[in-house]
Amino acid sequence: MSEPRGWRNLPIGGVAYRLSTDVKTGDWRALRPVVDHNKCTKCMICWLFCPDMAIVWDGEKIQVNLDYCKGCGICAHECPVKAISMVPEFEEV
Amino acid sequence: MEKTVFKPKIPIEKQVLTTANGDEAVAYAVKQSYVDVVAAYPITPQTIIVEKYSEFVNDGLVHTEFIPVESEHSAMSACVGAAAAGARAFTATSSQGLALMVEIVYIASALRLPIVMAVVNRALSAPINIHNDHSDAYLMRDSGWIQLFVENVQETYDTTIQAFKIAEDPRVQLPVAVNLDGFFLSHTLENFYMLPDDTVYEFLGGPRKLVNVKVDYFSEEVPLVLNPARPLTFGSLDLYDYYFEHKVQQVEAMKNVPPVVREINEEWYKLTGRRYGDGVVDAYGVEDADIVIVAMGSGAGTIRSVVKKLREKGEKIGLLKIRMFRPFPYSDIAEILSGAKIVAVMDKAIGPGSFGALYEDIAVSLYDLDERPLLLDYIYGLGGRDLPPSLVYRMIEEVKKDLESKSVERKIRYLGVRE
Repeated sequence: MSEPRGWRNLPIGGVAYRLSTDVKTGDWRALRPVVDHNKCTKCMICWLFCPDMAIVWDGEKIQVNLDYCKGCGICAHECPVKAISMVPEFEEV
Repeated sequence: MEKTVFKPKIPIEKQVLTTANGDEAVAYAVKQSYVDVVAAYPITPQTIIVEKYSEFVNDGLVHTEFIPVESEHSAMSACVGAAAAGARAFTATSSQGLALMVEIVYIASALRLPIVMAVVNRALSAPINIHNDHSDAYLMRDSGWIQLFVENVQETYDTTIQAFKIAEDPRVQLPVAVNLDGFFLSHTLENFYMLPDDTVYEFLGGPRKLVNVKVDYFSEEVPLVLNPARPLTFGSLDLYDYYFEHKVQQVEAMKNVPPVVREINEEWYKLTGRRYGDGVVDAYGVEDADIVIVAMGSGAGTIRSVVKKLREKGEKIGLLKIRMFRPFPYSDIAEILSGAKIVAVMDKAIGPGSFGALYEDIAVSLYDLDERPLLLDYIYGLGGRDLPPSLVYRMIEEVKKDLESKSVERKIRYLGVRE
């Protein structure tokens, strides 16, 4: 991110002066989802339930966009075949 | 000295003399102000405003989108949404209704939405009371809204129209609350002059105009409005990163308000021949006064008639009516009151464990003077208790004794309470 701006250089009314896609919200995360592609049936239920649109379909398989994943674990909870596990952020997989 | 007669642009014979109560006068003013959205919930003593306005909507006299919401919280929410979408929005409320909507009241001002709201002042519960005092206005004191107080039905009508112009001024972009006293104004029939519809339309410059903002992802300035073709994010999370800066922006916008209110007051004078002091304060006979009474709202009318009679007897007494309560005109008041020997502030609401809010503001205004007048806080009229002229006379007699003894024993006094 750039240098924070002073009040004179901000649009009024708290309107965001940059796109929300510029703001990476994944750094809140304590746990991250790891997908076992051998188990995954590509049913897309995780994609449907992800509140942050952090589950991405790349045309072949499920991917997690870690820039925006907050580690809520809903995908792992909802996965019918237990293909997603939540692992601590700083643990090697 | 040659006497010049001022001719307003719309002379009095071209204005329509009509009779209405304060609430209806607000409805007529809103009808003429080309309002796009009205969202409101009925509450005594405000109900007549929206009742009357819904008749206009039903009869096809206005083009307004009328939203009958299920609570005041929703009424203000609908106005916030409408104003963010570029509409000229209006709502009206009172007392408990304002208390319920207050969460969104703060949001409206922070999002810089020029909403106009009629607050028909009424006492806050408990005990339940439907009559007038200023406790609801004091409740929203720090919400970032411009707060104007009116004295009679004519001023109610005039100020409601002016409020849209003040709110939408590019220098301001803040919501305005027009405070009128419940029942004393809202339900009292008075004669007043109405302007022709097209005059009001011209005065306001037609429908609402938007201000522009510059954001990083559009090459040009874009209108500050919700528009899918040019998306902007309103009301996002701010935290410690930017909340402080945005609050300072609100404070700075408030600084622009007094000159705008004065300008519009003068403009209104040239148009109609009516003005209210300098728009911010209305001083009567304070130039040579030893005793000055400070008041807001309909009570100022009663006090003025008493002050007038005493001045005719040669007493040095004046009235300072505060028309603009927020932003508070501290330096103007310091200047006006610097010559007074004693100032009696009249508060129509009470802060348990504190003083009346108006008293506090007057005290702050006077603090930096080298020679400060004595200062008193008279709490009066709570829950609709009457303020007859006899009570004002009695108060003035009391103030005179304080002036003679040059000391004030009890700072807070109650006017018209039973011991």
